[in-house]
Amino acid sequence: MRPLTPKRVAWICLGLGLVLFGAAVISLRIGAYPISVVDIVKTLFSGILGRWDSIPTEHRSIVFDVRLPRILLAVLVGASLSTAGSGFQALLRNPLADPYVLGVSSGAALGAIIALIAAPHVPGAVQLAAFGGAAATTAAVYFLGRRGGQLDSATLLLAGIVAASFLSAIIMFLMTTLSGRDLRGMAFWLMGDLASTLPTNPLPWFEALFFVFVVAAGAIYATSSDLNLILTGEQEARHLGVNVHRVKLVVYIAASVLTGLAVSVSGTIGYVGLLVPHVMRMLFGTDYRLLIPTSAIGGAILVLLADTLARSIVSPTELPVGAMTALAGAPVFIYLMRRRMR
Amino acid sequence: MSSVAGSGASSLPATIGARTPSVRLKVEQASYAYAATDRSAPKFTLGPTSFEAKQKELVAILGPNASGKSTLLKLLAGIERPLSGRIEVDGTEVGSLDLRTRAQRIALVQQESELLFPLRVWEYVLQGRYPYGKRLRFESDEDCLLAANALAQVGADPLRDRWMDQLSGGEKQRVILARALAQQPSLLLLDEPTQHLDIGGKVELLRRLRRLADESRYAVLVVTHELNLAAEFSDRIVLLHKGKCLRVGTPAEVYERALLEEVFEAPLDVEIRAGGRPRVILGANFGT
Repeated sequence: MRPLTPKRVAWICLGLGLVLFGAAVISLRIGAYPISVVDIVKTLFSGILGRWDSIPTEHRSIVFDVRLPRILLAVLVGASLSTAGSGFQALLRNPLADPYVLGVSSGAALGAIIALIAAPHVPGAVQLAAFGGAAATTAAVYFLGRRGGQLDSATLLLAGIVAASFLSAIIMFLMTTLSGRDLRGMAFWLMGDLASTLPTNPLPWFEALFFVFVVAAGAIYATSSDLNLILTGEQEARHLGVNVHRVKLVVYIAASVLTGLAVSVSGTIGYVGLLVPHVMRMLFGTDYRLLIPTSAIGGAILVLLADTLARSIVSPTELPVGAMTALAGAPVFIYLMRRRMR
Repeated sequence: MSSVAGSGASSLPATIGARTPSVRLKVEQASYAYAATDRSAPKFTLGPTSFEAKQKELVAILGPNASGKSTLLKLLAGIERPLSGRIEVDGTEVGSLDLRTRAQRIALVQQESELLFPLRVWEYVLQGRYPYGKRLRFESDEDCLLAANALAQVGADPLRDRWMDQLSGGEKQRVILARALAQQPSLLLLDEPTQHLDIGGKVELLRRLRRLADESRYAVLVVTHELNLAAEFSDRIVLLHKGKCLRVGTPAEVYERALLEEVFEAPLDVEIRAGGRPRVILGANFGT
């Protein structure tokens, strides 16, 4: 009998953090301008320590101005989607739940597009609208997915698919109002795209987004021991002293915020919330106190690697990163579904 | 550890044992009804019911289907509040307890729900320590010790590292019971625990519950259909019929032929065995 300790959580997260750092270095290395790994690490540490004069200007610019913002964006989006996915899986008691599969990402995308058309210059409007779209879709899918007062796994997934296609139809309708150039950008964004969203001075923007991420992911993490029991059964969790309604409300809001956050900056990147928690469960077990932080870091690694591939395999053009994650995620989804049906 | 304490307790002189044992559960005129709409008259599913359970006692709640057993259990577990009357555990009204305190005092064993992800037996039993945990509830060494004790008490020690979904029905039942014991409750409630067990498993479970009750500080309440096992192992019977509490007493006081025949609508005979405990058999004319 070896129960989970905070120390074990910290060690595993540190290990995964190093993998993430390695992935970031690889990603920083890849691009049109050649730069060696040693130079990357030197530049990174000099930058972090504030010793700008010890590194060449072009290294500083290629690492900190061109490649690092995109990496941070991939990390933010991956961690958000993956944490939201593990939250939805507990909330809906369904291992196939994921913001994309449930149509929640489409809801967030619709909200974001409406905000882009209606209020393109209001700061934070896109994020707020994306959150609203995500929350409304989660609620709708939750109620459509019930059968005889109980949440039914298959009905829930069908409700998600229907919601996603309905919302996509509205998005298509709205997109016909856009000009040709905007249309291509928007189509890319819908498939999941990290290239076009970065503002010219990204630092305060990142600070705000990471702050929202930390609050929302922290809220889910704070409920993780409750989620462990809810996964065993809601009734039983209640008898063991879990305030099930409050926990579900917290996870519902926080997972919607995370989905809205990710979609508002990157479009609909699919399957991250399904793929990563599944792999982390296979590696480290099902305890949510370990699953949530490992999924967050794992999600960051996955989206970072997927984006690095997306921008390098058909260089100089780019694929949308959502296409890469779907290529990996869809087969896993089918595998999981078939295993459950057996 | 607990078995040592238990054997010590059973060998106490009768004078000490005869001290008024503390009352774990006190049900005073508790009733329950629900109304389909605000205007419709309330439909009683349980009329006024009163009884007590002291520590070391095993109380069986008997009755045919739709007699109000589940309603009574829900009231006792604090899932529903009584329409009138009071239900106290250790002198505190159940409805006034917050969720965690309630889980420290009352443990409920039900048929387990389907697990979404695989779980090992010891992880499952450790869940019983949840009501005592702090933030994020990382389990302490004490929690592990108590969970291990609970597993030992139900004889499920060797199952510790097995997966929950690979256990047989009887093994699973014991592990669920161990989780409830890990809660260190004052009141242990079991909802038809013998339902999916064969006769050997049923006897073993009731024997175990009897021993647990004898060895510990809590009261055990079992909702069951098993008339003979209840007569053999319980100190007190609560007999329910069509939402009414018909009789509360020792098995000998409750098991009257006419009463049982009326309640269970079957020809029955009651014989008193050597130890003074009654036994129910089918009446001679059951074939006609």
